Amino acid sequence: MSVPSCYKKETKPAKFCPGCGHSIVLKMLGQAIDELGIQKDAVFSIDIGCSLLAWDFYDVDTVQTHHGRTTPVAVGIKRGNPKSVVIAYTGDGGAYAIGLQSLLHSALRQENVTVITVNNTLYAMTGGQAAPTTMPHEVTDSTPNGDFTLESPLMGPELVSQIGNGDLYIARGSVSNPMTLKKYIKKAITHQMEGKGFSFVEALSICPTNWKTDAKGSFEFLKTMEEVYKLGEINRDGTS
Amino acid sequence: MNKVLAIGNEVVVEAAIDAGASMFCGYPITPSTEILAGWAKRADVDKDLVFLQTEDEIAAGFATIGGILAGKKAWTASAGPGNILMQDSLAMAEAMRIPIVTYIAQRGGPSTGTVIFSQQELFLTAHGGNGEGMRIVYSPGNLQELYDYTFKAFDAAWRYRFPTFILSDGYLGKTFGEVIYHKGKTIDAKPMLQDKERIEKGEYVNIRNCYSLEDELAEVLNKDIEDFHKMSPKIVEYEELYCGDAELIVFAHGSVAEAVKAAVSMAREQKMKVGLFRPITLRPLPKEAMIKAVRKAKKIMVIEAAHGQFAKLVRDALFGATQAEYYSYFKPAEGIVPEEALEKIQEVL
Repeated sequence: MSVPSCYKKETKPAKFCPGCGHSIVLKMLGQAIDELGIQKDAVFSIDIGCSLLAWDFYDVDTVQTHHGRTTPVAVGIKRGNPKSVVIAYTGDGGAYAIGLQSLLHSALRQENVTVITVNNTLYAMTGGQAAPTTMPHEVTDSTPNGDFTLESPLMGPELVSQIGNGDLYIARGSVSNPMTLKKYIKKAITHQMEGKGFSFVEALSICPTNWKTDAKGSFEFLKTMEEVYKLGEINRDGTS
Repeated sequence: MNKVLAIGNEVVVEAAIDAGASMFCGYPITPSTEILAGWAKRADVDKDLVFLQTEDEIAAGFATIGGILAGKKAWTASAGPGNILMQDSLAMAEAMRIPIVTYIAQRGGPSTGTVIFSQQELFLTAHGGNGEGMRIVYSPGNLQELYDYTFKAFDAAWRYRFPTFILSDGYLGKTFGEVIYHKGKTIDAKPMLQDKERIEKGEYVNIRNCYSLEDELAEVLNKDIEDFHKMSPKIVEYEELYCGDAELIVFAHGSVAEAVKAAVSMAREQKMKVGLFRPITLRPLPKEAMIKAVRKAKKIMVIEAAHGQFAKLVRDALFGATQAEYYSYFKPAEGIVPEEALEKIQEVL
């Protein structure tokens, strides 16, 4: 797979931990930006958490914001300049905990932006605490006995599909299948470019550092995630 | 020039439009709601004006920042508990030199409190972030000033690139009276993102507020502090009344200063040697002028609708510069009328 031409070369290798899934998601997004020819028109708006390490990842106009606030900033940019192609990038804590209100209301109001959320089931930057996406019985830094009480983690794309109005594009991909993930990202951005309204892609990702897994263990963990989180494009009624 | 009868919150909207504001993002909260609703009605007619009612004040502040990044002269308005929530975005604006204008209608606190009289949001507005308060804060006293300083705030914010506030209150926002609208010139807004001229040269910006090294942050912060101090003499404003021969100088700001102004005039009719010093910019504070004003004074008094927030600024500015006796009259979250201010002046003199 070729290195995206919109990469900011002098900041590579990137600052992510070895084996981090962010690099795969960002590579797919970079290729999507190249293939859609939107390097000059794109605005990349990023959250706090590990995602902030992408603040100088691309030669694309980028703004790093506050935790949970990348969606409202993206919305403001798009409202201020409807010709720009605005891509918000968040982790699962930013999208589903501290920033959930903004995510849902942006979908409700049919804001014409694209949000990409990386789900690795925990707060990675702060050392692996439980998130709304933590799976039942998952051991994290803040659930040491795996006694997290949620029967089901928060199903972000399904929730957005229930709340959002108008013509939504929603999908869940995984770093286990980067090409399909890229297809979803491209469809989401195209949805925005065609002025159709809110688009949202969740990317299941790996966090070897906080999962304390090796390469094999990381992909085994990801496989478990894919049993909990159904992959595919998601319809308005929440079905895939 | 256009003389009209208007209510405070309408005046604020008019001033913003005259100053070239083109986008407003907000969330309803008493006593600033009429600004949001007033802008919504204007935007409904004028399609060049962008309006967004967000899910909360946090999103309102951040969406406003988004608009500014995109090149709009975007602004917001809030009050009390909403002012608290907006500090999240305002701290980011401060860190990234984003020229946001925020109108604050102070209301009684703490917590939900009341909605008309208060000067308790001074610290929150001037220093509410996790930083050094690199902010410009105007404190207008009457309807005409509400227009003039709202207009001016847009020029100051975009010229100096510090978050700029009009620190008003519920009382002034609901005041009805005569105002002169006079369009003038303000500096143009330029996009920080998607500046096509720059991008055509193959240059992209990566804007951040997060740093890996203490040295990196210190470099940015020290530059901001230096810029703020360099700007301060150009931006400080104040009003003095009978300070020249005054034995007692009263310090007050905003709508309270209007009541004190009336009290000082009444006291002068009774031959009392009293003056008023009223900073119009509370941040930066006109420190040199304040020191000069109290040089001959034997007594100073601070009157405010808070329990000593403004007094702390005054005493800090005057530290070591005067031997004058110090008096105060604090009425947190209550209105102050000229007669009671006069009574306090009489007690002290």
